[in-house]
Parts: sequence; C-alpha cells; structure tokens
Amino acid sequence: MASRIRESIFGQALASVSVSVLIGFAIYGALIWAPTEKTMGFLQRIFYFHAASGEVMILAFCAAFIGNVGYLIRRKIEWDWLAISSVEVGLIFNTISLVTGPIWAKPAWGIWWDWGDARLTSTFVLWVLYIGYVILRRMIENPERRAVVSSVFGVFAFLDVPLVYFSIWWWRTQHPPPLITKPGGLAPDMLKVFFFTMAALTALMAIFIRQRYKLEAVRHTVAEMQIEADYRNEGGAK
Amino acid sequence: MNSRAKSVSLTRAIASVFAKELRVEFRSFELLTSTIVFALIVVFVFSFAFNPSAADSRRFGAGFLWIALLFASSLMLQPSFTRERANDSLAALVLAPIDPFAIIAGKLFANFFFLILVELILLPAFSVLYNVPLLGIIGPLAGVMLLGTFGIATVGTVFAAIASQARMRELLLPLLLLPALVPLLIASVGATMGLLSDSRELPSAWVAVMVCFDIMFFTAAWLFGGYLLEE
Repeated sequence: MASRIRESIFGQALASVSVSVLIGFAIYGALIWAPTEKTMGFLQRIFYFHAASGEVMILAFCAAFIGNVGYLIRRKIEWDWLAISSVEVGLIFNTISLVTGPIWAKPAWGIWWDWGDARLTSTFVLWVLYIGYVILRRMIENPERRAVVSSVFGVFAFLDVPLVYFSIWWWRTQHPPPLITKPGGLAPDMLKVFFFTMAALTALMAIFIRQRYKLEAVRHTVAEMQIEADYRNEGGAK
Repeated sequence: MNSRAKSVSLTRAIASVFAKELRVEFRSFELLTSTIVFALIVVFVFSFAFNPSAADSRRFGAGFLWIALLFASSLMLQPSFTRERANDSLAALVLAPIDPFAIIAGKLFANFFFLILVELILLPAFSVLYNVPLLGIIGPLAGVMLLGTFGIATVGTVFAAIASQARMRELLLPLLLLPALVPLLIASVGATMGLLSDSRELPSAWVAVMVCFDIMFFTAAWLFGGYLLEE
C-alpha cells in the first residue's frame, strides 16, 4: 500500500513537472519566439492562449458529455466523476477564453464585446449553462439522484450548443474565421507555436481532470466511511 | 426502457396524464390566472421602461412578446412537478404500469396547452397596447407561436422535473431554462420580427431552426426524460 502511494506520488510529480515545462515553453513560444504580427502587433500574441483555450474547452465538454451519456447507460458512478471533473476543468478554459477574447477584440475590432458574433456569444451561453450544471449539483444531496439528474441536464446542455452557434451565426458574425486551415492564413512559425500551445494546454487539461477525478473518488470514499461510522456508532449505542 | 410490463399503450397513457393535468388545473385555474396576469404585467412594464413609438414597437415588439412569454413560462412550468409533492402523488404515477416517458409527455402537452391559452389572451392585449396590427398575419404568426411554445414546453417540462429534485428549485428553473432556450428565443424573435416588418415575410431559416430545436429536444426528452422519474 505504502509503495503504491509513493509510486503514485512520484507519477503525479513527474506529470506535473512535465506539464509545467510544456506550459513554460508555450509561454516562451507565444510571447517571445513567435514572429510579431504585422497589423495587430504584439497584442496578437494573446491569440495563442485564447484560441487554444477555446479548443481545449470544447475537448473538456465533449469528455463531460461522454461521462453524462456513459452514466445514464452504464450506471457506474465513475462516469459521473468523469463528467463533473471535465465540466469544472472545461469551465476554467471557458473562462480563460472569455476573458482573453475581449482583450484582443478591443484593439482588433474596436469593441470589447459583440452580441452578434456566433463564437463569442455561444461561448458565453456555454459558460452560463455549465455554471448551471455545477450549481444544480450543489443543490442535490443524494449522490445517485445527483448523477442521474445532472447527467440528463448535461445531455440537454451539450445538444444546445450547435443550435446556439448556428442561430447566432445566422444573425450576423464578425469573429475571424479559423485561420489555420486556409493557405496563407498563419505564418508557419505561428502555426507551430499555436499547435504547441494547444498540446500543452491539452496536457494541462488532462492532468487537471485526473486530479479532480481522484478528488471526487476520495470524497466518495469519505462519504461511505462516514455512513459506515454512523451505522456502527448507532449499533454501539444500543 | 424499463423492464416492467406496459399494459397500457403509450398514447393512451399520455392522454390520461394529459387529461389529469387539465382536470387538476381547471378545478382551480390558479396556475393559468397567475401566469396570464404575470405575462400582462411584463408586457406592461416594458412599455414604461422603453416608452416605444409605433415604429419602435414593430421593431422591438417581437422581443418584448417572447421575453414576456419566456419569463411567464419559467414561472408556470415549476408547479407541474412540485405540486405533486404535497400528497406525493408523483410516486403513485410512477408506480403505474406505464412508460415513465408518458408522464413527462402528458405534462409536456398539458403545459403546451396552458401556454397556448396564455398566448390567446396575451397576443390581443399586446396588439392593442403596442399598436401592432396582427390580424393580417394571424396564420403564419400562429405557426410561429405554436413552434416556439412547443419548444418552451418541451425543454421546460424536462427542466421542471430536474429542478423539482433539487433545493432552491424556484430559483434554479429559470437559471437553467433561460440559457438553454437562447437558440429558440433568437429564432422565434427573428421569425416574429420578419412578420411584423413592412414586408410581412416569414423568414424560413428561423422556422427551420425552431423545427430543429423542437425535434431535437423532444427526441432527447423521449430518450432521457424517463430517467428523471425513477425512484
């Protein structure tokens, strides 16, 4: 048992150090190594973390959706742990992209925020929906009820996303379209930095989800031990 | 979906739950009267907040109308599950040998019906108070109202079942429901705005979004709604 704990601590330390190094390189790449953009200047460098956070957020919410559907079908509480861990981590990246977006938009578009833009507004709706998911879970005590109810809500929230996106897209859009796929969009060096940042943030997301999942597992064990202890105490009192 | 014998067909079960909801409501009319008054108050308050001219009303009227409906429905949908709590009658419903989706669907159609009744009073009042003539576009407008209301009732009924199992449920339902209804609100307002404009044209893209929304979430309610009622 002790050796297993030591091993897992070693593994965690190794993973944390390597992700920190990756993030360090990503920051260096984005702020120093990448060439400065001609029209937007130094400010364009926020793009690497802004766009990468957006992509990582989508990955995390997809993992949450898998957790939700997995729980409803399999009824194993571990799926629910995956769902809540992914939602909370997804919300962090969601918040990062929401905060960095206006910082970039002000000089690039001349405004902080535009309600007519599809990606901007749907990211905001996503944020509100998943905050709702976290609040909903706080309001239900029974772990099984909580898992069922929040899973159904999670499925509905996830299905809503493409509809939100397209309905706002038809409204009017001014977010720059994805530059990566078009030839002549991003300079090759910029592209390298962008993909590196994305990989680093994906690794960060994975390690966060893993830690949060373990926390949920420990909470579950503590709750079970509490119930057992209460049961024993009652038995002892008789 | 579940293993117990289904001795009653789904449509008959839905019809029974629907009839039961109507019977309960028509005994007191408490839900309908308060919702109608509330919706009228919202429309009324908007006119003070914005003091719109006739041209403003044509432009923003669609938004006022749908916001009033959205707020009213987020209040009205709440009791569809919570009022079963008093006598724990939901447990009895769940024990009946029917598909649990029938309970969701029965309540869904009942809520849809109630919201239509609210609109039948709200629309003429809106037309008079904001000087927006609706008679010429009554046909397409009815279609838009039906599609939009069905979407509200579908997501609203499922979310009412979700919120009824949590603490602070009165606060929770609008908090969960309003963001989820954003695409429907955009499409409904877009379609209604087209009808109220000078060209009186019904934008087909918005109708398509509404139809998509309704089909998607009704299917989701059918696939996953039953889980919410298991004990």
